[in-house]
Amino acid sequence: MATATARTASTSAHTELERRMLRQMLLIRRFEEKAAEAYALGKIGGFCHLYIGQEAVGVGSLAALREDDYVISSYREHGQALARGVPANAVMAELFGKATGCSKGKGGSMHLFDAGRRFLGGHGIVGGHIPLAAGIGFAIRYKGGDQVCICYFGEAAVNIGAFHEALNMASVYKLPVIFCCENNRYGMGTAFERVAAVTDVVEHACSYDMAAELVDGMDVLAVYAATERAADRARSGGHPTLLEVRTYRYMGHSMSDPLHGVYRTKEEVEEQRKRDPISQLALKLKEEGALDDAALDALDAEVRAQTDEAVRFAEASPDPEPAELTTHVLAD
Amino acid sequence: MATLTYRDALNQALREEMQRDPNVFLMGEEVGVYQGAYKVSRGLLEEFGPKRIVDTPIAELGFAGVGVGAAMAGLRPVIEFMTWNFAVLALDQIVNSAAKILYESGGQVPIPIVFRGPNGAALQLAAQHSQAWESWLAHIPGLKVVAPATPADAKGLLKSAIRDNNPVIVLEGEMLYNLKGEVPDGEHIVPIGRAEVKRPGSDVTLICHSKTVAVALKAAEQLAEHEGASAEVLDLRSLRPLDEAAILESVARTNRAVVVEEGWPHSGLGAQVVDVIQRDAFDQLDAPVLRVTQADVPMPYNKQLERLAKPSPDRVVAAARRVLYLD
Repeated sequence: MATATARTASTSAHTELERRMLRQMLLIRRFEEKAAEAYALGKIGGFCHLYIGQEAVGVGSLAALREDDYVISSYREHGQALARGVPANAVMAELFGKATGCSKGKGGSMHLFDAGRRFLGGHGIVGGHIPLAAGIGFAIRYKGGDQVCICYFGEAAVNIGAFHEALNMASVYKLPVIFCCENNRYGMGTAFERVAAVTDVVEHACSYDMAAELVDGMDVLAVYAATERAADRARSGGHPTLLEVRTYRYMGHSMSDPLHGVYRTKEEVEEQRKRDPISQLALKLKEEGALDDAALDALDAEVRAQTDEAVRFAEASPDPEPAELTTHVLAD
Repeated sequence: MATLTYRDALNQALREEMQRDPNVFLMGEEVGVYQGAYKVSRGLLEEFGPKRIVDTPIAELGFAGVGVGAAMAGLRPVIEFMTWNFAVLALDQIVNSAAKILYESGGQVPIPIVFRGPNGAALQLAAQHSQAWESWLAHIPGLKVVAPATPADAKGLLKSAIRDNNPVIVLEGEMLYNLKGEVPDGEHIVPIGRAEVKRPGSDVTLICHSKTVAVALKAAEQLAEHEGASAEVLDLRSLRPLDEAAILESVARTNRAVVVEEGWPHSGLGAQVVDVIQRDAFDQLDAPVLRVTQADVPMPYNKQLERLAKPSPDRVVAAARRVLYLD
């Protein structure tokens, strides 16, 4: 009887987690749609790389980590920032370049930071932040902590020297880092197989004697479970893991790139959309009786209201003062 | 005061700062078991252990980035480059990560890190191993750059660099490591951003840093002996921030200046010094400011050609004679 009660409690906790993940994925989807609109209206400038299609990666992995763990990412990081709990208002305000943005309007889309939540960027040079993740892992080990650092990057970064140098050092020094490769198939407009001799990213782990796992990135629960295993490995002995998470971006590389461009077909994008991570999880919850259409609609309305509010907040927020031009160049 | 080599002065600075602050660690190629390619880290592995004296693979970009990441998470890394020639591979981490993260995070994430190692030409190491990088590094906002010329300044500036909450570049010199000099006993700190008059004079200011301080001092001796001219030798010590007040104060007294540096002439550090002088001391100048630099060529291997390429006391004397209108 006690066991049955515990199982029920645990099942219900898990359902609750799944519902939370569904909400986060929906929030990211709607947030990015709003960002695309605002970009088209000229309210967001510069480069803007959307996460639509890849929501399960950031959401599933961060749900498996603790608040005192560290997160570092590339320039396609809006979704991970939101999944980490950086308020949508602060993220949208940053995209708008406003003083209320999470980087005070000085970083923009590619440089979202929230040090309090241990979200350490937002880095714009492909692969350049992968050694930083190893360094954060080095600091964790140095101080004797049991945190982990998760590092997100695209499959195109695997062709960069920084990836290899960082993985080697993380393995040699036994650093608690999860290298999470979001393989969305294309580095900008170049299909991975056209420029990579080894097309299964996960295979690179053997060069560095590192644990690795291939994960379905359209299945948020698979991402969650794989991250949990990697985190356990890191916490128990400081061993790094390379996760290759197969995902797909529905949008162009950045806002200046058309939806499918000339490097992939409309049909391919449509085909991939059938594996949509949000639809998959919603369907599962419906089948389990944990969600119905009305509840899903209500959830969607809730996150739409939240993203509308984020746009309103960003628009109403002030630009940074001119004096901010020269602050934060050097620390005191 | 103790007499120390430049190498041992750096070693003392590292040891003292590591004893003072457990978050300070040294990382680089051959810093541990080998005791340092130039023996700057001699004895440190024995004292502090492999946790804090960390040997790395030959992967400058990688370990520079590991250093920056460790600084992001609260440590105070000292990253040794075997030479700055190899650090070019790590420029992405120095320029795009270390120098920019504080700004692009809106002030949330300081990067207290030191990048140090020998800079400039030694002897017959040829083009790829004989380069002075200060103008590249001093160009970057978000970095501080120092270039000590004496054992006392080496110790005092390295200690300041380690305590600074910003990325600090410390440019040492392979040809300086054996240089002996007096180092004040006890806690010796040299603040970043202050030049120092190494020899007072009244007729012309020789502005220099790092290895060119010795070149300028020799030139000043020759000028005194052969020309009866009194040259002031101003050691910049810090290249970013630049001690503009000290430069202007000296030029206001001498009305003439020659800038001596190891780098190439085009877009060199000396051009920045000349800009300061022409902007703020124009009315005090009695002659155009001249520069003595490395020849505008990759460094040749041949000994005679190499000598011709480097700034020398003779070339500084020749430039000083011109600004003094002695020719």
